[in-house]
Amino acid sequence: MKPTKTMLTAAVLATAAGGVSAEEMTIVSWGGAYSKSQLKAYHEPYSEKTGVTILNDDSSAEAVAKLRAMNEAGNITWDVVDVVAADAIRLCDEGLAMEIDPDTMLAPAPDGTSAADDFGDLLVSDCFIPQIVYSTTFGYRTDLVGDTPPTDICAVFDLEAYPGKRSLEKRPINNMEWALLCDGVAKEDVYDVLATPEGQEQALAKLDTIKDSVVWWSAGADTPQLLADGEVVMGSTYNGRLFSVIEEQKQPVAMLWDAQVFDLDGWIIPAGLSDERKARALDYIMFATDTQRLADQAKYISYGPARASSAPLVGQHAELGIDMAPHMPTDPENAKNTFLYNYEFWADYRDDIDAKFQAWLAQ
Amino acid sequence: MTDASENTGPMLAADGTPLKQSLARSLRRQKLRALMLVAPLLLFVMFSFIVPIASMLFRSVENSIVQETLPLTVEALQNWDESSGELPDEAVYDAFVRDMVVAVDNKTHTRLGSRLNYEETGMSSMFRRSGRKMGKLDPETDGPFKDQVIEIHDGWGEPKTWAVIKTHSPAVTNGYFLNAVDMRRTPEGAQAQPEDKQILIKLFGRTLFMSLVITASCILLAYPVSYLLATLPMRVSNLLMILVLLPFWTSLLVRTSAWKVMLQQQGVINETLVWLGLVADDARLVIINNQFGTIIAMTHILLPFMILPMYSVMQTIPESYTRAAKSMGATNWTTFWRIYFPQSIPGIGAGSILVFILAIGYYITPEIVGGTKGVFISNRIAYHISSSLNWGLAAALGTILLAVVLLLYWVYDKIVGIDNVKLG
Amino acid sequence: MTETKNDAAFVEFQRVQKSYDGENLVVKDLNLAMPKGEFLTMLGPSGSGKTTCLMMLAGFETATHGEILLDGRPINNIPPHKRGIGMVFQNYALFPHMTVAENLSFPLEVRKLGKSEREAKVQRALDMVQMGAFGGRRPAQLSGGQQQRIALARALVFEPELVLMDEPLGALDKQLREHMQFEITRLAHELGITTVYVTHDQTEALTMSDRVAVFDDGRIQQLAPPDQLYEEPENSFVAQFIGENNTLEGTVKSIDGDACLIALDDGSEIDAVPINVSQPGERTKVSIRPERVEFNKDRLHADAHTLKATVKEFIYMGDVFRFRMSVAGNDEFIVKTRNAPDAVRLKPGQEIEIGWLAKDCRALDA
Ligand SMILES: Nc1ncnc2c1ncn2[C@@H]1O[C@H](COP(=O)(O)OP(=O)(O)OP(=O)(O)O)[C@@H](O)[C@H]1O
Ligand SMILES: [Mg+2]
Repeated sequence: MKPTKTMLTAAVLATAAGGVSAEEMTIVSWGGAYSKSQLKAYHEPYSEKTGVTILNDDSSAEAVAKLRAMNEAGNITWDVVDVVAADAIRLCDEGLAMEIDPDTMLAPAPDGTSAADDFGDLLVSDCFIPQIVYSTTFGYRTDLVGDTPPTDICAVFDLEAYPGKRSLEKRPINNMEWALLCDGVAKEDVYDVLATPEGQEQALAKLDTIKDSVVWWSAGADTPQLLADGEVVMGSTYNGRLFSVIEEQKQPVAMLWDAQVFDLDGWIIPAGLSDERKARALDYIMFATDTQRLADQAKYISYGPARASSAPLVGQHAELGIDMAPHMPTDPENAKNTFLYNYEFWADYRDDIDAKFQAWLAQ
Repeated sequence: MTDASENTGPMLAADGTPLKQSLARSLRRQKLRALMLVAPLLLFVMFSFIVPIASMLFRSVENSIVQETLPLTVEALQNWDESSGELPDEAVYDAFVRDMVVAVDNKTHTRLGSRLNYEETGMSSMFRRSGRKMGKLDPETDGPFKDQVIEIHDGWGEPKTWAVIKTHSPAVTNGYFLNAVDMRRTPEGAQAQPEDKQILIKLFGRTLFMSLVITASCILLAYPVSYLLATLPMRVSNLLMILVLLPFWTSLLVRTSAWKVMLQQQGVINETLVWLGLVADDARLVIINNQFGTIIAMTHILLPFMILPMYSVMQTIPESYTRAAKSMGATNWTTFWRIYFPQSIPGIGAGSILVFILAIGYYITPEIVGGTKGVFISNRIAYHISSSLNWGLAAALGTILLAVVLLLYWVYDKIVGIDNVKLG
Repeated sequence: MTETKNDAAFVEFQRVQKSYDGENLVVKDLNLAMPKGEFLTMLGPSGSGKTTCLMMLAGFETATHGEILLDGRPINNIPPHKRGIGMVFQNYALFPHMTVAENLSFPLEVRKLGKSEREAKVQRALDMVQMGAFGGRRPAQLSGGQQQRIALARALVFEPELVLMDEPLGALDKQLREHMQFEITRLAHELGITTVYVTHDQTEALTMSDRVAVFDDGRIQQLAPPDQLYEEPENSFVAQFIGENNTLEGTVKSIDGDACLIALDDGSEIDAVPINVSQPGERTKVSIRPERVEFNKDRLHADAHTLKATVKEFIYMGDVFRFRMSVAGNDEFIVKTRNAPDAVRLKPGQEIEIGWLAKDCRALDA
């Protein structure tokens, strides 16, 4: 009797294990503190609720190229992918991401507002489910700027008042806009000017004035490190990275919120998943982008939730116990002068301006 | 008599078959067996090496997307003269609407937009924006289309737009190769890129130059180290060898980042120099984010690839050669230069080829420590692979890089002789 | 045996000691003096320190203690390239990246000789070893014997007064070896070169040398011309090491000048020459060469001692007969006789009496 029973149990366990392993999904994100915030706010509660095992892959930086390669190979191993809005647009254009209908596929707000209205303008692509609003902005060393800390974005271009190195991202996006803003172009005209060769030249000429004092970065972690090492006086990076330098590592660094460039980060579901996997991915998205879940993420990282209805629910940092609202790029105090990233413009002009930018860099 | 007649015919094996034939059979069997043994390796090489290279070559000229997405339009455009400065006629617009309806249905129009955007800025949004409205047109009943289409996006009212489509319609294109050498395909034939976009040739030149400098500095540093390794007593040299191999056990990123800590303005080297008073505090050396930083970091990273072949060649040079030379009256220097050095050249050759080829393809290290002046062509390839998704251009750049390496290899063979390369 | 300072010596080792590790002496108290033009062979088992001695002389190892003199001058502090010593290495050490002619020309180039002079000398050296037509080849394109000859020519081309050769014929087959032995001695004598030759082949040592130094355990066991070495070994190591030898163990019974009586362990008695024994009662090993043993009584003195022997084996070797016998408890006792018309072919099992001249039988150290 006994052996039979043991064997039976083993068989049941095996089937159960097989069943569990089938209930798996791979979610791709950026790694680091950001992935951790998603793990706490989305993955853990979702796994608890459904029993689905979530595998993490930190490949978001190469997501577009990898998705294209997977698509060509006909073997898509990712279920949900976290990308910036510009990449989502690109993936959508390339037919690599699936189109999302916000009304049927996303949860409405608790007060009944439809998802489409709740996300509003932030639904910048048919394939994109926004998750957070982040901004690219400047941080500066409080001990290296003298008695007059910078309050204006143009401090970046003012080598006399703020001598020393500054770090900028090694790509034209954002830098060209800031250069034009500080060269007297009105905020609403920036993209019109930048669309002309003369405007591009103007922006590069402005950047030329500080070129010798710039350290160019290509990884999000660079500027925080450069600031912490005292290698640069000020530098641009994502506001969440600066938050952790200032509040978690207590470095002598402060935020310069002027002309911060808003950008979005969110989910896409790769095109071409099997029905079963697609259903699971959609189920996850429905769960992870509802009002409460988005508000929860802000407990772990200082990025603003993409739903209007989530904003009032933002509470305190889970570990530091400080109020998160004042650290959000969307906080009215911080958002006095913001700059809206023009996705369509950059989708068109990115390669053209990038070539010019690189040629200028190499001069 | 019988013997004589047998000797004139073909030699026969013991079983009566002609000897040649049975020899060939047994050789064939041997070959087959050998082939079976190496088959896994062959397959591996096929799939990991030859297929990717072939697909790269293919991709660098492949351009069927225009024809596939807009088959009718491409055909209709044959009758349009782009040099006339006039817009194409209704036939083209009609064909275009028919094509777009299908493309929008298949969601392929935006892909085509991305593709053509590499050639003409703005095409991407034109296709994306026009897609929705054009998809709703019915080709059979809604015509004529010319004005309707121009109404949807005024870009369709520009002859230039149609010229771009026509220029890039062939399924096989040299456009990517032209782009890769700072030129472009235009209706008037190949032309140079505008000056402010010329960068790739410069980067090719820089990549070659920097790789040569890195190879040279690797030779200079590796030679004495390998010599020590090869001549010191076993116990000491094994310890040294571990030190040489140690970097292999840490990730490339860590090693490169470590150089950042060493070389930056507030870094270890500058701090030490300032502390020693050799450098003024406000005149710290700029040794990172430029070519110098790239050369230092890459020399360090590639050094083991120079040391190992050098060491294994030097190890095989018996001491008796140098002793013989000295016994014949040669000084230490003559012995080294005339006897030891020539015999170590194969190691230098092997190491140089290895380091040069590795260096030419590096991009992580230049990206991190190279600043603006220390980046390589591979950084651009990486950009086009992962950011711009212009894989055709990336493939063309890769193909050129491969061709350059093969060419250099050939030159090397002519000058040094590839037989003079030994890994041990 | 210890040679004190010798003014006529060309090469001289004085109380030389050598240790590599500071613990073991590889060479212990080496004393050696060679006159100019001598062909001296160092012979000894593997690891006995022969190469070490050569390397000290050439300057690639330094003596831990003692002095080495060349032509009366101490050379301990002269660097190798100034010693002017030609060397032939065991593995030839021909430079693989140079042609044969370039190899030979190398020592002349470093001596800054003019081109035409170099070419003439190289050609002469090549002709000397009968390799005149091979100047343009690479060493790898030569056979072992040819490489050997080139190595020899290279060591001689710059006309050194002293040439060192370390087992130069080790890798050759027997026939080539014998030919080269002849060539080397011929050249050495023709050119009047002082030669130190290392080998562990005793036939080679005996046929080529003016004198042979037998090495063992870091010391020269005996230094003598070949015939003396063979016929008058000074200790049982040399007796055993050189040629074939029969050993019988016993005790000295009496000594009388240069004759002594030995009582073998089985009780029988024999006559011998006392070499390393000085008083009765000492243990000794008696050494007799196989070809000096007689079993034809007519050829022995009437009063010579004889021993009983049982023939164990008969081995026919063409020019000689070889018998293995059991003598005084030694089953490996060998006797050789020439295959003369009147030679006796003993049969296994046959019991005979054997004896020898007292002067052929040497009482050595135990
Ligand atoms: N470089 C060295 N370091 C340490 N010990 C050494 C070295 N060279 C030789 N020896 C030791 O010294 C002893 C004598 O060596 P040597 O080479 O002189 O012997 P050899 O008589 O030439 O022997 P062979 O006939 O095998 O060549 C050996 O025990 C050897 O192990
Ligand atoms: Mg030796």
